[in-house]
Amino acid sequence: MERNQIVEKVLEKYPARVYKNRKAHMLVKENTGENQKIQANTRTVPGIITNRGCCYAGCKGVVLGPLKDMVHIVHGPIGCAYYTWGTRRNKAKQVGDEKNFLNYCFSTDMQESDIVFGGEKKLKQAIQEAVEIFNPQAISISATCPVGLIGDDINAVAAEAEKLYGIKVMAFNCEGYKGVSQSAGHHIANNALMKHVIGMGQVQPAQYAVNILGEYNIGGDGWEISRVLEKIGYHIVTIMTGDGSYETLKNAHKADLNLVQCHRSINYIAEMIEEKYGTPWLKVNFLGLSSTIETLRDMAKYFDDPALTRRTEEVIAEEMVELEGVMRYYKEKLEGRTAFLFVGGSRAHHYQVLLKDLGVETVMAGYEFAHRDDYEGREVIPDIKVDADSKNIEELKVEKDEKNYRVHLSPEKYEQLKKEIPLSYYGGMIKEMRDNSILVDDLNHHETEAFVKILKPDMFFSGIKDKYVIQKMGVYSKQLHSYDYSGPYAAFKGALNFAKDLDMGVYTPGWKYVTAPWKTEPMLEGMLIGGEN
Amino acid sequence: MLDLTPKKITSRKGLRINPAKTCQPIGAMYAALGIYKCLPHSHGSQGCCSYHRMQLTRHFKDPVMASTSSFTEGASVFGGGANLKTAIKNVFTIYNPDIMAVHTTCLSETIGDDLGTIIAQADVPEGKRVIHASTPSYVGSHITGFSNMVKGMVQYLAENSGLANGKINVIPGFVSPAEMREIKRILTLMGIEYIMFPDTSGVVDAPMTGEHDMYPEGGTRVEDIIDTGNSDLTVALGSFASEDGAVELEKKCKVPFKTLEIPIGIEATDRLISALAKAVHREVPGVLEEERGQLVDIMLDSHSYFYGKKVAISGDPDMVTGLTEFVMSLGMIPQYVLTGTPGKAFEKRINRMLEGAGMEGCVVKSSGDLFELHQWIKNEPVDLLLGNSHAKYIARAEDIPLVRVGFPILDRYVHHYLPTAGYRGAMRLIEMMTNALLERQDRDCADEDLELVM
Repeated sequence: MERNQIVEKVLEKYPARVYKNRKAHMLVKENTGENQKIQANTRTVPGIITNRGCCYAGCKGVVLGPLKDMVHIVHGPIGCAYYTWGTRRNKAKQVGDEKNFLNYCFSTDMQESDIVFGGEKKLKQAIQEAVEIFNPQAISISATCPVGLIGDDINAVAAEAEKLYGIKVMAFNCEGYKGVSQSAGHHIANNALMKHVIGMGQVQPAQYAVNILGEYNIGGDGWEISRVLEKIGYHIVTIMTGDGSYETLKNAHKADLNLVQCHRSINYIAEMIEEKYGTPWLKVNFLGLSSTIETLRDMAKYFDDPALTRRTEEVIAEEMVELEGVMRYYKEKLEGRTAFLFVGGSRAHHYQVLLKDLGVETVMAGYEFAHRDDYEGREVIPDIKVDADSKNIEELKVEKDEKNYRVHLSPEKYEQLKKEIPLSYYGGMIKEMRDNSILVDDLNHHETEAFVKILKPDMFFSGIKDKYVIQKMGVYSKQLHSYDYSGPYAAFKGALNFAKDLDMGVYTPGWKYVTAPWKTEPMLEGMLIGGEN
Repeated sequence: MLDLTPKKITSRKGLRINPAKTCQPIGAMYAALGIYKCLPHSHGSQGCCSYHRMQLTRHFKDPVMASTSSFTEGASVFGGGANLKTAIKNVFTIYNPDIMAVHTTCLSETIGDDLGTIIAQADVPEGKRVIHASTPSYVGSHITGFSNMVKGMVQYLAENSGLANGKINVIPGFVSPAEMREIKRILTLMGIEYIMFPDTSGVVDAPMTGEHDMYPEGGTRVEDIIDTGNSDLTVALGSFASEDGAVELEKKCKVPFKTLEIPIGIEATDRLISALAKAVHREVPGVLEEERGQLVDIMLDSHSYFYGKKVAISGDPDMVTGLTEFVMSLGMIPQYVLTGTPGKAFEKRINRMLEGAGMEGCVVKSSGDLFELHQWIKNEPVDLLLGNSHAKYIARAEDIPLVRVGFPILDRYVHHYLPTAGYRGAMRLIEMMTNALLERQDRDCADEDLELVM
């Protein structure tokens, strides 16, 4: 079957309106030289079994939650706080005398009377108790669905508490119903961190200072990336936000370069910092050996210092010496296999490189909550229509901070570098996919099953909700949100971990027991009536 | 680990820290999975459905299918009726269940969506059904949500046709399929015809076959839930998760009911079996007497490792009640007994049990949280923890062995295939508890004290 026919076959079950909606979220990559358009960041049709979560999940769950030295109070009924408690593997270490709150879950546990009479009183009480028990230097308040509906003014409560206790208290209006997915929540979190935290610190960083943006330290990814960068000689000011802290985030404007790993969740801050403080950003990818090496070379080009460039090559060589043989071994074992990748807003792109390093071809990919620019590249941003759902999310306007603004590159150098490296630019997923591969945005349960049945991939990378569906179908499936509790997968050592895990998943003897022996062997041998046996 | 938890306990009125409960909808979703060919549906934001599926999947390591009304800001302002009607249409066309079980969320409850009316106006295909339960997240806990969905099943489905079916209804409570299978085995051994509802066995412990069946073989048949109205008796296991459904069935179909505990431990199992034997006027079969005898044998064999040991128990109220009684039957002291689910009845019931056993100085709390439990332990330690996976942080911080029971267990395997209910479940609990205590002794003792025989 032609790939376009396959897409039609999958869509055929849908009622007319769903068909029309879903068709726009799919495409088959063609080499026409023209930009192929895909619908993204629009509402999921009610009743469709989507993997998407909510605005709150993107704000508190993803971006805010990992900031370890803050008390994150969730204002709402208990569930929302509960489900973001220890479930995302954003690891964090306590350093020095800082406080690490990540093993704690804080909620106002709203009851019916709070919904009827308002929850502000309880929220104030909760803040007071948090201050008395833990004495944190910063508190976040995240709103859940009912908070916006009953009109609790969490911003006023935060402002009052900030004055009263002399600590930073920030409110995030990230009610679950806002936007169409987690994505709205990323944006809301970005805005408030930009407004209230970044720029507040005065610590002067050492040479070659960088921030890592959109790196959440799942399974320790951020630590492996930091190890490599520090080995080369970079100084990491802050990581947004895996193993990140309020304390270091305050100094983010002091870095010389912002590295953007997950474009979707953090590009807002990258842009705003550039506008306000002049720091350029570089789209990086530390997933995959070839992409890690490329990223390190891009960084060296940006800083344009022969010593740093030399050191970069030395480190690459050192790391690769240890890896080359063993990676070749795994590649031989995995070569020629096919994969589906359906994760997040950037991983479905990043992991294609790592898979390719191992000889695995991605035949289908898609994001859960990305925008068109994550597929098509930032050049489409001016063409993206603002709809009823996106217009309610604030577009924060920042102005040049004359005191702290620094020019890092001359305009000529900037333009020159833009031609060589992805400086303040992300090209998206489509360009890097092979012709004839399929892209599906917000892939849902029906489509998952149907595509797997037709295309029969060897492996499927996704999240917990569809993991066991795929596994039950006899296809190796791996979570790329939580890494199935393994990792790190980033940079050099991470690539090897990933290769080992893939090898385990494919070769575990368990697969050969799926069919019982008597299903394939004749069991009635010698049982003929009157026979000798 | 949990280094910021102070020993000094201060009263809290606003801040919940490290909860011992979650919200209603997940309980409703779990109950709905216990109906054959049912798709649970979450009427709220996508996040609710996503989180509940996530947590149930992590607990059972099996697919948990459910759909959502995918509320946006517009729906939150103008009401979610249109979303639900669209969802109903799409679900039946695309996913083709026999029945949809809709539960509400704090969002749809706060804006006041009238589900009964919306469903009545919806376009439900011939032969298909939509039921619902109201499960606002700001009332009760996941246990309340389970209970409300069971009640919803009765309200929408149960009918008294006037023809007695001679069966006993069993509402098992918020327990895993292993408990449900064990209770069904006991019923079968006693020769009792029964309808268990809901029944998630065969749904969230479905076998690996190489194919994904969206509606696996397990789950109570809709016809059977309808037929519960013709049964002789309903046995509700657990006053928090199961009694309301039984009361509703009595109201609607005049089926008398008896509320018992989830049969955890020897005494609760004895009570269940006695009650069943009396109800059907039958002798207890020899096999069960043999199992009981084996259990008592094990209790006596291992008594020295339990007697006088202090234990902290946290979890869901019906489960914790059974565990508390069981540890006392082993001679242990249930020093701290805590549930996050609100309800003074829990405290009363446990305190009565403690008084009956002459236990003094134990602390019992409903609407509690694990932060407070940890503080109690810091002030007066215990020898053993019984609780869900969240208790492992306390276990590590205070270096106390933990036996995982209840929901959720996110960090261990096989737990939902092997029961904690019935005599055999009690044996398994003893095995897990002795293992935990003896492994600890083996780890901690001096070389000269390492015992080969224990």
